[in-house]
Amino acid sequence: MRTIYLDNGATTKIDPKVLEAMQPYMTEKYGNASSTHHKGQEAKIALEDARSLIAKSINAKPEEIIFTSGGTESNNLAIKGLAFANSRKGKHIITTNIEHDCVLNACKWLETQGFKVTNINVDKEGFIDPAKLEKAITKDTILVSMIHGNNEIGTIQDIKSLGEICRRKGVFFHIDACQSYTKTEIDVRKHNLDLVTINSHKIHGPKGVGALYIRKGINITPLAHGGGHEQNLRSGTENVPSIVGFAKAVRIADKGHARQMVKMRDYLIEKVLKIPETYLNGPSGDKNGDRRLCNNANFRFSYVEGEAIGGYLDAKGICSSTGSACSSRSLEPSHVLMAIGLKPEEAHGSLRLTISRFTTKEEVDYVLSVLPGVIKKLRAISSLGGF
Amino acid sequence: MQHGQYTKKVLDYFKNPKHAGDVKNASGVGQVGNPVCGDMMKISIAVKDDRISDIRFKTFGCVAAIGSTEALCRIAKGKKLADAKKITSKDIAKELGGLPGIKMHCSVLGADGLKKAIDDYEKKQRGKKTRK
Repeated sequence: MRTIYLDNGATTKIDPKVLEAMQPYMTEKYGNASSTHHKGQEAKIALEDARSLIAKSINAKPEEIIFTSGGTESNNLAIKGLAFANSRKGKHIITTNIEHDCVLNACKWLETQGFKVTNINVDKEGFIDPAKLEKAITKDTILVSMIHGNNEIGTIQDIKSLGEICRRKGVFFHIDACQSYTKTEIDVRKHNLDLVTINSHKIHGPKGVGALYIRKGINITPLAHGGGHEQNLRSGTENVPSIVGFAKAVRIADKGHARQMVKMRDYLIEKVLKIPETYLNGPSGDKNGDRRLCNNANFRFSYVEGEAIGGYLDAKGICSSTGSACSSRSLEPSHVLMAIGLKPEEAHGSLRLTISRFTTKEEVDYVLSVLPGVIKKLRAISSLGGF
Repeated sequence: MQHGQYTKKVLDYFKNPKHAGDVKNASGVGQVGNPVCGDMMKISIAVKDDRISDIRFKTFGCVAAIGSTEALCRIAKGKKLADAKKITSKDIAKELGGLPGIKMHCSVLGADGLKKAIDDYEKKQRGKKTRK
């Protein structure tokens, strides 16, 4: 059976060129970047080249980039590390109700450590109203943390406006850019960013590696203590092969890919919405990929359940994902879909399709040939809707 | 989606249900669940000579919910009412070769749906008798 992979929001395949770039660092150039001999220095040079390249991609300085094991660790280091290092300034943190679990749960844990957390509600498309953010900031606020491009519904926040508010009010601004990195512009100077989480496996790089941008001069308490790697902020021998792969993936990504994905995404959305009683979750009317992630489409189909749709698609070789409770470890529907005002039964009927720059029109057409029949069949079985 | 969690039987019943639909002029109908929770099942039965001569389901729900109602129909078809009443969620899960823990409620709902359909049939029967 052929595979049509439309779950690139979960993870992506490694670009063959990335794999090729990584391989020598496992077999020949295997040195520890902390070693002073030539094998170690070979690895050190590769590590610092990768750091410079990634720094440049967001207009940061190399010394402002810390390598980590991925998005979850970067978000934890940013939020918990900043909170502990700055708790004398204040103990209030602001986030949103559409965050990834690692941010929500890091904040929840901080509440048990004496911090106060405010969750700002987003609007029906998933956007944060800048006025709401401004109002939520108090004298005790130290940090605003939010997801830049939402993993489920694709909403891209206006970080320039939101960052301006934070800078003016003197609070630190962290964005979780795991989904948006390389897909839409991130410029730490222009956008007033203090902390930025990025990772590799969403952009055709290897899993298990990510980075955190920390603006020079910001104090962070490390989570892992050890040999003092990464400016004492993240001890542990650097994962040089994966970091080299991460940098290669960044080097390959360009604006042309985003434009190409916007076109493909909009073609997919336009055709899927022709299925009766089908709706788009998240922002509509995005022309340039700056309001909605260029790879994200999220639909809801009345009278059917998302995991069942995914099950039929999977039987036809199509990988998708759902915000339905029935697919997750809990029985609650996706908190993101609930946050944009969907009823539970609507959230249960949602399906996320996320493309990549490798997705072809022929693949999308195959999905479009299968999906209407799947919805029709499930609606015929459904006890809702009177079909 | 966590299809790795499902047995071949669950996936087969989900993909190729033989009992989806409504029994025409049903002797009894049972509806359980709630769309808010992501599961709603309707079981309709035809009763002839005290036996379930036909049974159909309509289910809004996940892979396990659809699979459970299909399994229920296969177990219940042809059974005497007295025996059909004894069908439990365990029987459904067994027919499916097992269900993941978090999906066990699907088999519970299925069994409840049949009980409700039989109740509905028996109520109607009692109504007929009193009218006589």
